Amino acid sequence: MVENIFVSIAAWLRGLLGGLGVPDLWNDVILMVVKLLAILVFILVNALWLVYMERKVAGYIQSRLGPIHVGPKGLLQTAADIGKLLGKEIILPKNIDLVVFLLMPVLIFVPPLVIFAVIPFGKDMVAVDMNIGVFYLIAVASLSTIIFWAAGWSSNNKYSLVGGMRSVAQMVSYELPLVLALLGVIMITGTLNMNEIVNAQKNVWFIFTQPIAFLVYFIAGVSETNRTPFDLVEGESEIIAGPYTEYAGMGFAMFFLAEYANVMIVSAMCTIMFLGGWLAPFGLDFVPSWLWFFLKMYLMIFIFMWIRWTYPRIRVDQLMAFGWKVLVPLSLANIFVTGAGMYIFRAIGW
Amino acid sequence: MMAFLNSISWVAVAFHTLAAVVVISALLVVLVRNIVHAVLWLAVCFIALAGVFLTLDADFIALVQILVYAGAVCIMVVFGIMLIRRGNMGESNQFNRQVFAGGGVAVLVTLLSGVLSFRIRYAGSPPDVPENTVDQIATLLLSKYVIPFEVAALLLLVALVGAIFLAKEVKADADS
Repeated sequence: MVENIFVSIAAWLRGLLGGLGVPDLWNDVILMVVKLLAILVFILVNALWLVYMERKVAGYIQSRLGPIHVGPKGLLQTAADIGKLLGKEIILPKNIDLVVFLLMPVLIFVPPLVIFAVIPFGKDMVAVDMNIGVFYLIAVASLSTIIFWAAGWSSNNKYSLVGGMRSVAQMVSYELPLVLALLGVIMITGTLNMNEIVNAQKNVWFIFTQPIAFLVYFIAGVSETNRTPFDLVEGESEIIAGPYTEYAGMGFAMFFLAEYANVMIVSAMCTIMFLGGWLAPFGLDFVPSWLWFFLKMYLMIFIFMWIRWTYPRIRVDQLMAFGWKVLVPLSLANIFVTGAGMYIFRAIGW
Repeated sequence: MMAFLNSISWVAVAFHTLAAVVVISALLVVLVRNIVHAVLWLAVCFIALAGVFLTLDADFIALVQILVYAGAVCIMVVFGIMLIRRGNMGESNQFNRQVFAGGGVAVLVTLLSGVLSFRIRYAGSPPDVPENTVDQIATLLLSKYVIPFEVAALLLLVALVGAIFLAKEVKADADS
């Protein structure tokens, strides 16, 4: 019952529309729009509460309380913050590139939203079951860099431009190990479909067979989401807020919330590729599959926050050296070892 | 209303919309005066082109289009900015008055592509596109077309080594 609650809702909606005499094609279209809207609401609500979670985690790590005044336990603090940001005047500096400047905060949510369409949240719970889902995710995720960059450039501010340039440099260096790390898992499963990758982890999660790939993916993922220790793109103490410096009110909030959407994506990918996705560990399948997925995802998000509030920011040259001299060779070696291992296991007939 | 909506070929609608976006954005790439805007329009053009591939059921090619071309646009724009080095990007996408030479090349290219597209014999009804094309592309790349594939890899390696060499040389000059 609880296991299939979302699948049942979708089936009920389909039956309802079919009963009203809606043709199949339009039935599919309406259902898809409903699914995507549900994902959009899910992302936005999550991004809102993740800001609260971040502040609470930061508070406990720094021996203070974090937000406590608005709502019970301060739960409504971020909602109030968004209300304040919505009411703020949008300040437009004099020499900006107006159209690009205003367009980028709007577009920043497009890549996360379209990526979530292929993520399986639970058994049979995926909006679009794509055969090459992993590849789709990598391709679409690469588009957010140009949005960061264009936001920085259109602000016509030197700090914004430096931040935008840094975001491109960081993407070039860390996208490679990110993709190469996933390749180890894909070699074992022989598929790019996320549901099949999850199903392939029935016996053992890939974090145990591919620990190095997991580490490389996680580190490169922290870098992709521009979070400490890799937050050079928006390093407050160096370049104010990087590409977002000139944005006021909701424009700034969009970038801020998009960061949490990206954190959710990387955590969800860690869960799917390495932590068994929606599969229940130790046969504890009385807990619904989607709940397992969210538990694992929030655990990953918590580790993200833990790292952010424990480590200092690294320098630009350290960032480049670490990416090219450690992560890339490590992920290449992982592919080599995985290939050799698969060959040996096949030879001894495992 | 419903009958009309059902009678439309939605693939055709998608194709013509995407084709219009591709053509208009490609024109804007060469016509806008600001090179950064040109590059952003280039990204729009590539993404719409990926959409055209999707209408042909070639989803792998569509994603390669996005990853390799649209994703790399920002690298190109960064190099563009670094090489141009202007405070104001207003007139960075330059024009000239070579009407005859330009017109000649345009006519030649149009004629060539026209002739080529008329000479191709299309099969009457194409076979269904297989569900999973990645496996077949990979198998072909590493069996039948392995030599072109390796040659392309070698070419990229040469380009990479060349880039490193150039970067190193500039540094040595700066020291002395």
